[in-house]
Amino acid sequence: MADREPVLEFRGVNTHYGPVHILKDVDLKVFDGEIVCLLGGNASGKTTTLKAVLGMVIPTTGDVLLNGEVCSDKSTSYRVERGVTMVPENRRLFKRMTVKENLEMGTYLRTDKENLADDLERIFELFPLVKERLGQKAGTLSGGEQQMVAVGRALMARPKVLLMDEPSMGLAPVLVAQNFEIIEQINEAGTTVFVVEQNASMALSIADRGYVLQTGQIVLSGTAEDLLSNPQMRQAYLGEVD
Amino acid sequence: MKLLKLPQQRKRRFGFVDSFLWAVRIGALVFVVVGIFGIPGVAGGPEGSLFKTLSGEGVSGEAWRDLFISGLAQGSMYGMIALGYSLVYGVLGFINFAHGEVFMSGALVSFFAADAFATAGIWESQPVLALGFTILVAMATSTIVAVLTERIAYRRLRGSPRLIPLITSIGMSFFIRYTFRGLFGDSFKTYPAAPGVLEGRATIFGVEILKTQLTVIVVTAVSMVVLYQFVARTRMGRAMRAIAEDREIAALMGVNVDRVISLTFAVGGAMAGIAGVLWALLFRQVHFLTGFLPGIKGFTAAVVGGIGNMAGAYVGGLAIGLVESVGPLLVLDGWGIPAVSQLKDVVAFSALVLVLIYRPTGLLGERLSVEERG
Repeated sequence: MADREPVLEFRGVNTHYGPVHILKDVDLKVFDGEIVCLLGGNASGKTTTLKAVLGMVIPTTGDVLLNGEVCSDKSTSYRVERGVTMVPENRRLFKRMTVKENLEMGTYLRTDKENLADDLERIFELFPLVKERLGQKAGTLSGGEQQMVAVGRALMARPKVLLMDEPSMGLAPVLVAQNFEIIEQINEAGTTVFVVEQNASMALSIADRGYVLQTGQIVLSGTAEDLLSNPQMRQAYLGEVD
Repeated sequence: MKLLKLPQQRKRRFGFVDSFLWAVRIGALVFVVVGIFGIPGVAGGPEGSLFKTLSGEGVSGEAWRDLFISGLAQGSMYGMIALGYSLVYGVLGFINFAHGEVFMSGALVSFFAADAFATAGIWESQPVLALGFTILVAMATSTIVAVLTERIAYRRLRGSPRLIPLITSIGMSFFIRYTFRGLFGDSFKTYPAAPGVLEGRATIFGVEILKTQLTVIVVTAVSMVVLYQFVARTRMGRAMRAIAEDREIAALMGVNVDRVISLTFAVGGAMAGIAGVLWALLFRQVHFLTGFLPGIKGFTAAVVGGIGNMAGAYVGGLAIGLVESVGPLLVLDGWGIPAVSQLKDVVAFSALVLVLIYRPTGLLGERLSVEERG
């Protein structure tokens, strides 16, 4: 792996919220075509990590690199243009817009308008239900349907790296499993995925590698199998007691 | 084990405030109804009551029609101003009280264009061209003032509590007002009279309308349709709506938030600029204080229509225009109050109070849930 350029890289990233030190010397790499998960409990700095990727939080020291380019102080739209998109926690659709308009918002920065119809078709293949809901206001959809539209909206941007913030949050168990299947499908189609999750066993079941974040520090990292068999990990995150 | 007793959900008591509000509601209704129909017993009573009109003694039908139409024209302009309040509120969640001054700046600066056209004789020979260019000057001025206000005064306050930009906007209002006084003096500027083609009346569907008022109504209606299409159909319009709903996610989609907020102020400013020229066309005199009352009325219209709602701004504007035009004679005159036409502002603001009592979200306002307003 050493000869490959990571599509997303953190080099010694520190962030502060006022006087509070949130991320502490975080190093991480995500390579092209991988599924990487970032695990951790509440207030461990998972969301801040995602915000740092997108430029909603600017590191006090350290660098965020996208495709090898230092982007630490670039705007969100600059980074989105370079192929990063997020499916936010709790989906956060534009509820007063129609499903179609939500999907179109995903294409906001795209200039290749001629390919949009094909991409829309691809979304419909992934989520046939979305097609039936196109004209409906997004706020009227059920949680599961909203999740589909949120993923669809992100995919419409044709991201190289798809960030997912807590995809299992607030969904019924059946839908969670479905959701992770979809993530795998998206990855197989060539998109790199970076998942932030509390549900460690679920995330590790699809991921290639994982990082564990605790109070702002990376305390464990490795391949999914290594993490799954790591005794510390089993105890703290996978809910097993010796 | 003893079951925990859940606290009984207490029924809200019908308190003093509730009974007071009901008294106001009923009182207002009685006042309006009696005012409209007149008190039959009063001999030689007021001219404006419907009984008098219908029996052919009071104010004539033509007079009512003229009041109605001038109310529509007036209200169209309020609606144009209200849009600026509503758009900015939708996107940033605060009331930009400097918006009346944005309107004034357009009206005042375009005076110089109109005056030059009048002196050169173009105002009469090429009225459409001259009027169009005057409107462009007003739009440009108002847009620049609005965008600069946001850039200089509001952008830095983006993250602060909502009261702070609100107070700042009041400060900006005075700043702009007296800057224009400094630039152009405190004399009244008299706009040239409407070009000859706009003199007199035109007949539309059998109704005679002053051509100037007709111009106002048509120009505002066209502007509204264009703006509505812009917001509903274009990419930038969609970005505006996205920011209004969830600024963070809009940024995540790649929307340049600063630029779209500037655009929102620009659009509101352009609408106010158009309204400025129309205002000058109807009332002819402009002044550095011209923005004050229309600004407050525009704000009232935005609230009456449902703040944050574009169609609401227009409807609210028309409602306020009609109420203050027809209302005094229709309601107050029935009570025998003298010189009712001078009480139009009282009627307009009373209408605001009544709308807030009967329908706090405004005529077209949606109910704002806690979740949405955060």
